[in-house]
Amino acid sequence: MFNKKQTDWGAYGYLVPVFGIMLCFQVLPIFYSLAISFYRWDLIGEAEWVGLDNFARLFDDPMFYKSLVNTFYYAIVSVPLSILCSMGIALLLNNPISGIGIYRTIYFLPVITSLNAVSIVWNFIYHPDYGLLNKLLALLSLPPQLWLQDPFWAMPCIILMSVWKGLGYNVIIFLAGLQNIPKHLYEAARIDGATWTQQFRHITFPLLSPTTFFVFVMSTIGSFQVFSQIYMMTPRGGPLKSTLVIVYYLYQKAFEKFEFGYALAIAFVLFIMIFSMTLFNKLYVEKKVHYS
Amino acid sequence: MSATAKKTLFKHPSHIFIHALLIIGAIFMIFPFIWMIMTSFKSEDEILKTGKAIVLLPDQLRPSILNGEEDRKRIAEHERQKALFAAQTASGTVSRKAQKPFELLDNYKEAWSAQPFYRYFLNTFLTAITITTGSLIFASLAAYAFAFFKFPFKDQLFLLMLGTMMLPQQALLIPDYIILSKIHWINTYMALIVPWLASAYSVFFLRQFFMQLPKDLFEAAMLDGCTRLQFYFKIVLPLSKPPMVTLGIFSFLGTWNSFVWPLIVTNDTSLRVIQVGLSYFASEAGTRWGPLMAASTFTIVPLVIMYFLAQRQFVESQAMTGMKE
Repeated sequence: MFNKKQTDWGAYGYLVPVFGIMLCFQVLPIFYSLAISFYRWDLIGEAEWVGLDNFARLFDDPMFYKSLVNTFYYAIVSVPLSILCSMGIALLLNNPISGIGIYRTIYFLPVITSLNAVSIVWNFIYHPDYGLLNKLLALLSLPPQLWLQDPFWAMPCIILMSVWKGLGYNVIIFLAGLQNIPKHLYEAARIDGATWTQQFRHITFPLLSPTTFFVFVMSTIGSFQVFSQIYMMTPRGGPLKSTLVIVYYLYQKAFEKFEFGYALAIAFVLFIMIFSMTLFNKLYVEKKVHYS
Repeated sequence: MSATAKKTLFKHPSHIFIHALLIIGAIFMIFPFIWMIMTSFKSEDEILKTGKAIVLLPDQLRPSILNGEEDRKRIAEHERQKALFAAQTASGTVSRKAQKPFELLDNYKEAWSAQPFYRYFLNTFLTAITITTGSLIFASLAAYAFAFFKFPFKDQLFLLMLGTMMLPQQALLIPDYIILSKIHWINTYMALIVPWLASAYSVFFLRQFFMQLPKDLFEAAMLDGCTRLQFYFKIVLPLSKPPMVTLGIFSFLGTWNSFVWPLIVTNDTSLRVIQVGLSYFASEAGTRWGPLMAASTFTIVPLVIMYFLAQRQFVESQAMTGMKE
């Protein structure tokens, strides 16, 4: 009844810092960038209106196609691999064993370290002459490889390192998901004589599916934005551009060649791709998710 | 005592199998770090030594009992050169060609002096602390308003804020760069700090927490003539330590590890942050693996220490926030 009187006009004062910054650096820039993508502009010279030319150019740009293919390659291999490994580790850690804290700490360690520092370490591991990987292969009498300098191996190398880096994060999330599954379901299943495989198929997997879905959506979004490790481990997009991904291409166009309009066209295509993929996941994949 | 320990270690025969798998995984996870630290103490000769054997421990840290024939020879040679160099230095007859024999911390010294890393650390620490405290203050004020006050367009503003979380960061990079260059903020601390002081995620996170605080308390305090700011400082802030610590750690970690943003908005050496400095050092040092591993080690160490100090809080909050969607 005295709601009207209680309107806190002062509230806006509390919101000003956050909203001011957001408006300046997030909301307005998005509209601004949409506008720039219709121009040819190198920041110094006069901006020239080119309409949809920047977008049209994308379709004739073989490098853009290459970057699309590479990004999909990265996403299609790294996301399932990371989900499988982290789910497996979480299942192992979900047993009443000792030392869980230590394992959790170790698996989580790569997550907190910076991509740049670990990229340098993995560069060394992958080094054709002095790297650990080729030395291990030599122990097994296998032939050495060029790894990051080999167009075939460069992307798998990046993927392995990225999965290693992000694994711990997913393990923790899966572990939280597993601990939310009611224990009595397993007890009932055991009384009925269900095997481990049956318990996994009929209890664990369906009840974990919201978590799996969350991890899947977030990892997919992240995998389309991969950049730092590419920049650090395979400069210039790798041998025969085999690791040229979309964000790296965007970075090159914008901050090395100063083709801002074109780079923003790439950014919008990337955004639309991520957005539609998330929408697709939400609409179709989530149907298979079991919410209790 | 040991008997009970054994019992808990292997409560069930299958646990041996589980431990075996987990240990293999753990070795894979941690070995790159061990390799990094060990390499950082090795001389160029040791690192570039081709040959089949994988030598983990550096010459200077390995107990002599583990040394083979070849290692002994190399170490003896190294000792001889060290003695020679010391004698030459003492007598002042060091020839210009003579190289100082490797000492344990040489890679660290080389890396540290190759780039003004102390400056990079200072810049990173400064930005991280400012962003962490600043964004926490701003976010908690906004969250306080969203949780306790009644005002027009509240829901719309909240939705707008959530919407910004979905904007692609890559699409923002370019217009933000243009805006910053228009207001002459490129190559300033302002560019490194100000855009990151607003965190929609933090506002959302804190608002969820504030919503759980009893509303009656707020209304009673207002009736008693407590001002809104007093309530915020005296009641809300002291009660919200756990979520603030969690967000603080996230924000500090994120800033410490941020690379793309500082790479783009600064190019002045005096403003460079640690991750950008490291990438410059990496392209400069090429294949000088010893100093590179030393540099990687000293950029990682502060985070690892922080992680161990705040570990419980960290892992738990990570899991909690990860599930919130």
